[in-house]
Amino acid sequence: MDSSQLLGFTTFAYLLASALYIAIFVFRAEKLGLLATVVACTAFLVQTAGLGLRWVESYQMGIGHAPLSNMYESLVFFSWTIIILYLFLEYKFKNRLIGTFAVPFSFLSMAYASFGTNIQQEIKPLVPALQSNWLIAHVVACFIGYAAFAVACGMGIMYLLKKKNEIKHGKEAAGNLISTLPDLKIIDDVIYKTIVFGFIWLSTGIITGAIWANSAWGTYWSWDPKETWSLITWFVYAVALHARFVRGWGGSRIAWLAIIGFLSVIFTYYGVNYLLSGLHSYAG
Amino acid sequence: MKNKNAFWNFFASVKLALFNLIILAVASIAGTLIPQKEPAGRYIEIYGASVAKFFEILDFVDMYNSWWFLTMLVLLSLNLIVCSIDRIPNVWRLIVMNNLDTDPARLEKMKQGRAINTKDSVTDSARAMKDIMAKDGWKAEEAQIHNGIMLFAQKGSWTRLGAYIVHVSILIIFAGAIIGSLLGFKGSIMLKEKTTTNVIYEFGTNKVIPLGFDLRVDDFSLSFYPNGAPKEYRSDLTVLDGGNEVLTKSILVNDPLDYKGITFYQSSYQNYEEFLVTIKQDKTNQQQVFRITPGRQYTWGAANVTFGILNISPAQFGKLRYKIWFSDGNGPPSQFWMDDEKTVVIKRPENDYSFTAGQLYATGLQVAKDPGVWYVYTGCTLMILGLYVAFFMSHRRVWAFVSEDAKGSKIVLGGLSNKNKIGFERDFEKLVSKLQFDQDESKQQG
Ligand code: HEM
Repeated sequence: MDSSQLLGFTTFAYLLASALYIAIFVFRAEKLGLLATVVACTAFLVQTAGLGLRWVESYQMGIGHAPLSNMYESLVFFSWTIIILYLFLEYKFKNRLIGTFAVPFSFLSMAYASFGTNIQQEIKPLVPALQSNWLIAHVVACFIGYAAFAVACGMGIMYLLKKKNEIKHGKEAAGNLISTLPDLKIIDDVIYKTIVFGFIWLSTGIITGAIWANSAWGTYWSWDPKETWSLITWFVYAVALHARFVRGWGGSRIAWLAIIGFLSVIFTYYGVNYLLSGLHSYAG
Repeated sequence: MKNKNAFWNFFASVKLALFNLIILAVASIAGTLIPQKEPAGRYIEIYGASVAKFFEILDFVDMYNSWWFLTMLVLLSLNLIVCSIDRIPNVWRLIVMNNLDTDPARLEKMKQGRAINTKDSVTDSARAMKDIMAKDGWKAEEAQIHNGIMLFAQKGSWTRLGAYIVHVSILIIFAGAIIGSLLGFKGSIMLKEKTTTNVIYEFGTNKVIPLGFDLRVDDFSLSFYPNGAPKEYRSDLTVLDGGNEVLTKSILVNDPLDYKGITFYQSSYQNYEEFLVTIKQDKTNQQQVFRITPGRQYTWGAANVTFGILNISPAQFGKLRYKIWFSDGNGPPSQFWMDDEKTVVIKRPENDYSFTAGQLYATGLQVAKDPGVWYVYTGCTLMILGLYVAFFMSHRRVWAFVSEDAKGSKIVLGGLSNKNKIGFERDFEKLVSKLQFDQDESKQQG
């Protein structure tokens, strides 16, 4: 058994878990709930083993490093962090419908890692610029932040769906599918909290990235497109937090900001590598 | 606050902050779409002459250093400063406020409000209450008001400053960046092995910057992984100050050398069709370094040695092998192959020699002096602390008003928290549950 088999299995387990969570929502098949959770937990455990094994394998190859050094590994880590956050929310709110809007992100990330045409899966040795503990801190912090923003985005979509439903059918339109989603107030609260959580980690990620750049090149900030996009993302969420805290924004507007913020995350993470040029070596 | 002038009100507004942040984000996006700091010709090539001209006038080609981008940052800073100064007095009032003055009638109306009757006298109940609060870490003050005793305790009043810690941290980071750009420099130098420099060249302008000391490159080496990817670039550097060797360090890409606030970073290298040869005569321990080109004969007069590189052939990973010709005048000359950067002992009739040859490299060093960087790091640390305080800590207040009633005394409890209301509710309930437990016990005893 090697790590690529474990991670390959993980991809299919997330596909199954996503299908189950969507089924719970669409067919109101609450009986599937426990199964969905079991599959998600299993996928998570297998993925954890896969990541650990990949780490061990890199040492066996004599080029040992944490599995956080290229696009493939970061996607796997991203998916792993999303599922942890989601399982935590499921446990905390005792509501599996959240999973419909969160677990597919884990699957998509793994699917892209496994099947994306420009993603290289081999364990590669670290080139000199990447040999830094700050880099590990940087990647971990950024991806925890990104995962929180992914969940916030899922919750944002959920909020808007539910809101639209309420406007159309009135608040007590019980019996229809979407009305079974958690209360708008609760979704709103989860969006805010995940954004706050993500914001702290994104800030930490930007800072550790700056420290890394300074120890490698003597410049903590060089307006490289990736850096700049992470700052843009940071601005978007700073706007969301201020709008909420100081101007009392909530509900749909914050839900939209959660979605816009995540689009900015995706562009920072993915778009910059392929559409713009810069220092970051995660492409391919 | 209504008597402030228009300028003040403008900058004290959070709407302006949102506007500033959005505009900064949009402008930054533009800067990632338009390539920055390219030669003028490139822009004409990509966008055509008229657009290129327009970009140049508006500084779009070096946006992040343009007057208008810096103006936006200044606006943001002013906004931050004025807005914070505008609000801090109110926040401060909440922090130092005398909560013992609170009207007892308000307590029961608080979301966390509760009333309990006891059989004990007012003073006894108040003392018991104070003890119970102390057990949960609520250190209560007390005051005699309205024919009763008011107890008040709070936790984390200072956490109301969290957002302001974040705002100040941003200003400290800006200050660090300004200090760095005014008092520091960024430059580079390409330095051949075994050479020394006392200057470097500024980025962009190529201006000569004196170091105030000498820097010597003793050696440069590079190594590769089996798959051919680079593994390590290493320069052995020595700092000479006033002619004395004061510091020697091998630098790597993520491990620079720092001397007197100037930091040297490994950034690139270059190789030459030149070779460094070190010959040591074992008997006399004399040695000599030569910089040679292949195919030519060199002489070390003092030892009567002549030598040269006859031939070069490539070996693995871009390394080389050399064919050496060597004579010290005794017996026939020696000829042999050797690897790059290795030492070979040549046994001659009269003498042994250690012979080392290596390709000559120049190491590319990035050089920076940034006296602002510690302000930036301090600001960053404060920011994370401030974010934690602003988001995860709260100001919690608990009141207990004890007054006389028909059967003994009545305790009215109230609690407020500015954030994390659910967590506070839990803490408050814990406090109340202890209270009831004690009451029951006293009833049994009575
Ligand atoms: C011109 C710029 C800014 C202005 C005028 C401004 C103003 C404010 C104000 C008035 C508050 C509410 C404070 C309170 O009542 O306790 C606040 C909160 C906050 N600000 Fe800013 N701010 C600015 C920029 C920023 C930026 C760039 C950040 C980046 C991290 C930031 C982080 C925060 C945080 C974390 C809070 C606390 C929010 C919460 O508790 O939900 N601020 N800001």
